[in-house]
Amino acid sequence: MSILLDDKTPVIVQGITGRIGAFHAEEMIKYGTKVVGGVTPGKGGGEVLGLPVFNTVKEAVAATGATASLVFVPPPFAADSIMEAADAGIRLSVSITDGIPAQDMIRVKRYMRRYRWENRMQLIGPNCAGVISPGKAMMGIMPGHIYIPGSVGIVGRSGTLGYEAASQMKDLGIGVSTSIGIGGDPINGSSFKDILELFEQDPETKAVMMIGEIGGPQEAEAAEFVRDHMTKPVVAYVAGLTAPKGRRMGHAGAIISAFGETAVEKVEILKNAGVVIAERPSDLGATMAAVLNERELRTGT
Amino acid sequence: MEIHEYQAKELLADFGVPVPRGGLAYSPEQAAYRATEIGGNQWVVKAQIHSGGRGKAGGIKVCSNEHEVWDAAEELLGKRLVTHQTGARGKVVYRLFVEAAAAIQREIYLGFVLDRKSERVMVVASAEGGMEIEEIAQERPESILRVSVEPAVGMQAFQARELAFGLGLEPELTAQAVSTILGCYRAFRELDATMVEINPLVVTDEGGLLALDAKMSFDDNALFRRPNISELRDKSQEDPRETQAEDRGLSYVGLDGNIGCIVNGAGLAMATMDMIKHAGGEPANFLDIGGGATPERVAKAFRLVLSDDKVEAILVNIFAGINRCDWVAEGIVQALEKEQVDVPLVVRLSGTNIEEGRQILTRSGLPIIRANTLAEAAERVVEAWKQDRSANGSGNGSASGSASGSGA
Repeated sequence: MSILLDDKTPVIVQGITGRIGAFHAEEMIKYGTKVVGGVTPGKGGGEVLGLPVFNTVKEAVAATGATASLVFVPPPFAADSIMEAADAGIRLSVSITDGIPAQDMIRVKRYMRRYRWENRMQLIGPNCAGVISPGKAMMGIMPGHIYIPGSVGIVGRSGTLGYEAASQMKDLGIGVSTSIGIGGDPINGSSFKDILELFEQDPETKAVMMIGEIGGPQEAEAAEFVRDHMTKPVVAYVAGLTAPKGRRMGHAGAIISAFGETAVEKVEILKNAGVVIAERPSDLGATMAAVLNERELRTGT
Repeated sequence: MEIHEYQAKELLADFGVPVPRGGLAYSPEQAAYRATEIGGNQWVVKAQIHSGGRGKAGGIKVCSNEHEVWDAAEELLGKRLVTHQTGARGKVVYRLFVEAAAAIQREIYLGFVLDRKSERVMVVASAEGGMEIEEIAQERPESILRVSVEPAVGMQAFQARELAFGLGLEPELTAQAVSTILGCYRAFRELDATMVEINPLVVTDEGGLLALDAKMSFDDNALFRRPNISELRDKSQEDPRETQAEDRGLSYVGLDGNIGCIVNGAGLAMATMDMIKHAGGEPANFLDIGGGATPERVAKAFRLVLSDDKVEAILVNIFAGINRCDWVAEGIVQALEKEQVDVPLVVRLSGTNIEEGRQILTRSGLPIIRANTLAEAAERVVEAWKQDRSANGSGNGSASGSASGSGA
């Protein structure tokens, strides 16, 4: 088991006819993802990588039975594409697009809430590296070879810092059940808490690595969830110790604007909730190894 | 993106927000002329810089005749104002706004922000205007009123009314307060703002409302559809290196330390800075070169980092995902052939094709200090920086231009 995605999940790519969309669709297929088609308005009836292209997500779902969609649509049109997927009955949308206006994301989140919980799409991203269940499938832009299959879940805002965590763990022989990038935007689809809930329910995941950063309330919200509902150990690192207040550090969401949003404050809040803190980003793997050993959860691969 | 007070007032006036009569001036002559144009017998000359706290920094002058307006303008133009928001370097005043002074009865705070927790626009108001919202939140938290806007239907009149009555405004001011609050909300929505702040919104002796100061920030991601807002950008108010970086598609934030950083990915860039701090150094900058670490981008990044005189050592940390390490290594070698780097340089590559990448760096014969892990990279750059510093005396090692060559 893994969360959200495995080798049987039928995936479509919105924006598959673009250069980037086609490149990553091919990488995903090579990794083992069951890509069943693509959507580009106006290019329906064509083919890319031997896969059918449709004009609308509804048509693609009807013809292929897709349940997941990867969004590579440019920022001005991305929110519209995400809502189209939600309306077509897609269950999982992963949006890689960087640069979607915040007010568009408010609209997307509000639109998704019009569906009953059991019919509601789960959105990952935008501005993220995607989702990978090592050895099974990936939806995103990550280098598949740095992950080995295993039982640690990873959730983080940053793409490359998530890679750093996975490769430090790989060096120590620790594998990953699923790794999820939730993205660096201020308004995003799934929060840390949303993903922690899924990992808590997943029988294969034994522990979780959470990689936060400055800005926003989501780490504090996650801390509350860990304290009240998590039985599995959580290791966390929060990036941005040296970040000054009021300056945006690359990600639109990485800006300290209120109390509780600095790295030091977030670390304090997480620590108090029982999360094990990796003090330095070079200790991600070692801290997880120590936690697994201590709790005798070491299952390796 | 930030804009000036006078620009925010112009925008908000179009949405029915009452603002004082005023005009822009670039010289003392213009300022004095503006004052006569506006009329009355008291004016405020306000320095236009992208920062709050201008009053405390001496950037706002009340004047009673044209000569005082002239003198105030002469004093302020070209002056570097340092506020709690500008950093030690401050910001230079190139534009002035001359306004009719108002007789104030009471001051109100009114703010609109994107609330990340509720994922909605939040309206914040307080009867304690004039102070910074952080101060109000600390000293009089009970005075803060909050209203959250349902995105599907937008802000409703009753919500604005609740705020007006909550602030204790006279009943005859309610209608004006409602149209002011709804006007700000519409400006926020329709212009893709991330913040609108009127502080203070005042009740005048004549019994009307007036926005005495206004601040607006905008969503950079939405500028593609707001050309009239992009036009208001004033590069003179930005750190020139950050502007340069942005124009080259890099994300850069200047800091106070002396170890320059070149990293791909915002999270990894912050983590690299943290590691430098843990190792006993101070980062000179945040720099995310983005996904495609092409030779051109790497070269641009070196140029940018080296343009900071404080930089005395450089750490390159690239996690090659879709890119390959050999390709990134080529980029570094090419960049070093073009750019004169005479401070110690530590390179850590990780990810795809790592062996090929390392070989390329070795074969180049360049004085690059290599590191395999994040910890090693930070320790080596701090160590090299200290050595270089002591070798060059205690001053700026980089200024002396000594070839470092330490331990290639």
